[in-house]
Amino acid sequence: MARIRLEKLRHSYLPAPSGPEDYALTEVDLEWMDGGAYALLGPSGCGKSTLLNIISGLLTPSEGRVLFGETDVTTLPPDQRNIAQVFQFPVIYDTMTVYDNLAFPLRNRRVDPARVDARVREIAAMLELEDWLATRAANLTPDNKQKISMGRGLVRDDVNVIMFDEPLTVIDPELKWKLRSKLKELHQAIGVTMIYVTHDQTEALTFADQVVVMQDGVIVQIGSPVDLFDRPKHTFVGHFIGSPGMNILPCEVVDGGVLFHGQHVRLEGPITRTGKRTEIGVRPEYVRLTETGIPAIVRKAADIGRHTVVEAMVGATPVSAILDDRAPELGVEVHLSFEPSQTRMYADGWIATAGERP
Amino acid sequence: MKTENQRGWLFVLPVLLLVAFNALVPLMTVVNYSVQETFGNNQFFWHGVGWFEDILRSDRFQAALGRQLFFTATILAIEIPLGVAIALAMPRKGIWVSVCLVLMALPLLIPWNVVGAMWNIFTLPDIGLLGYALNNTLGIEYNMTQSPVAAWITVIVMDVWHWTSLVVLLAYVGLISIPEAYYQAAKIDGATNWAVFRYIQLPKMKRVLTIAVLLRFMDSFNIYTEPFVLTGGGPGNSTSLLSIDLVKVALGQFDLGPAAAMSLVYFAITLAVSWLFYTLMTRDEQ
Repeated sequence: MARIRLEKLRHSYLPAPSGPEDYALTEVDLEWMDGGAYALLGPSGCGKSTLLNIISGLLTPSEGRVLFGETDVTTLPPDQRNIAQVFQFPVIYDTMTVYDNLAFPLRNRRVDPARVDARVREIAAMLELEDWLATRAANLTPDNKQKISMGRGLVRDDVNVIMFDEPLTVIDPELKWKLRSKLKELHQAIGVTMIYVTHDQTEALTFADQVVVMQDGVIVQIGSPVDLFDRPKHTFVGHFIGSPGMNILPCEVVDGGVLFHGQHVRLEGPITRTGKRTEIGVRPEYVRLTETGIPAIVRKAADIGRHTVVEAMVGATPVSAILDDRAPELGVEVHLSFEPSQTRMYADGWIATAGERP
Repeated sequence: MKTENQRGWLFVLPVLLLVAFNALVPLMTVVNYSVQETFGNNQFFWHGVGWFEDILRSDRFQAALGRQLFFTATILAIEIPLGVAIALAMPRKGIWVSVCLVLMALPLLIPWNVVGAMWNIFTLPDIGLLGYALNNTLGIEYNMTQSPVAAWITVIVMDVWHWTSLVVLLAYVGLISIPEAYYQAAKIDGATNWAVFRYIQLPKMKRVLTIAVLLRFMDSFNIYTEPFVLTGGGPGNSTSLLSIDLVKVALGQFDLGPAAAMSLVYFAITLAVSWLFYTLMTRDEQ
């Protein structure tokens, strides 16, 4: 097991990329600590699967290096990297029994049969597959098949990292939750580095200690789920994480302060820089209805159980708010105010206010 | 309680009639002939299972059946592995895919009697390209009309040339339906090329290969036109396969009773072996 370093990785699927738009990965510098539980989060097409395939060796990057510990593995094929990968759809060897499926990676590496048996039984027990060992893998349900896929990664005790490429796509919702907690449990039990690729924020935030958010081939933020939620470094992170996402409101910068629809808005701290496009970012959780403040008309209100999600229009700009009390009636004029410590300015998408970091 | 709707039968009726007139009625005519004896004049006498006993005991029938089984076994043993091997070697994407597919499909588009005629001319020792080259350039004595071995080799090579493509196309369909993730997972699991073939490609091709084996069995077991045009069953009787022999009996000698009995035995063997193949090859599927 080892630390994994990605240095100045760039990748293009075109033989002769001409501009930045030809790159699936624009530039990635990243370090994965040994034993960490990571999630790689981003919308479809953001480059997360490309990044994953570069780490596993299924793809060779156009530029940059991949280091496992101190060894440069950039050009090594997958089987020489000691990694495991679980794919979106369960990959099982249909004609083999569950036992043989789990033993397959070990037998290919000529591991001693007694050791193979011990490992297979141990992993089968962890995955609750003991009762199925003699069954043909083709006859299993999708979630059990996906467990086998995971098991083939876990059975090898020398893996540097296990990568999951949206592994719960084909699993029923109630089993998704079960498998996810199983995965978390396995991570704690065996302590191997895991990288979990997903476009589902819930999956990412529940699984990972560190979440890497990607957009358009670039890593926009790396942080714990709390970091990402509390202080998104980029409007994309703010908008992508949270339900509903952060309010991103166009604003003007005047005399070191910001104006939103002519109203002065207090920010978490001083503005550090400005750009062509300036926006205020505030999460709906920190928008309040007050006596005075920015006037707005209530357009939608949805009761989601313990909270009410209200959408109010300030001019033509919708602002969402999550309220604890009952929703105001539709069409009513309300006044909004933003919690200053949770209100930030973003210049050209990137955070541009200084706040006290905890 | 669910009431059965009998109207469904009405929809099946047209097909039933069609099948009755183009298959069942002619077959029953054959059954009719197979149990009767005639001395001409359109007078028929009951003959029981006499013709069947004669056929099954006849050396001629047994020899033809033996040649037929040998032919089918040989072409299956060549075409199935060869077809799979070619399918494995074909590109999976890019412009060459269509080129390969069209090239593969070409032999299948040629009418059977044309295939026979083509190979006949191709192998003529004096003017055929292959025949001439073998005899005069390479100095190998090769004359299909005199040597049974040469005739057999030619018939088999012709069938392989004509029909391997079918196996290739079916196997190729099976191969391209395998998602990329299987190959990637196998790479990560450290599987050898043989293991990838044995545990991924072969199982995924199994269904189409079952169809390929069945089709090739039935077609080759009933083959008539190509060897008839190529060798006419000769030299002597050496390449008289079952169907060729059957036509000789039925239309050459006009022995309707024995020919009918022979047809039914022939049909029963084809049916039984097809059923056996199918059962064996699909036995471990639920």
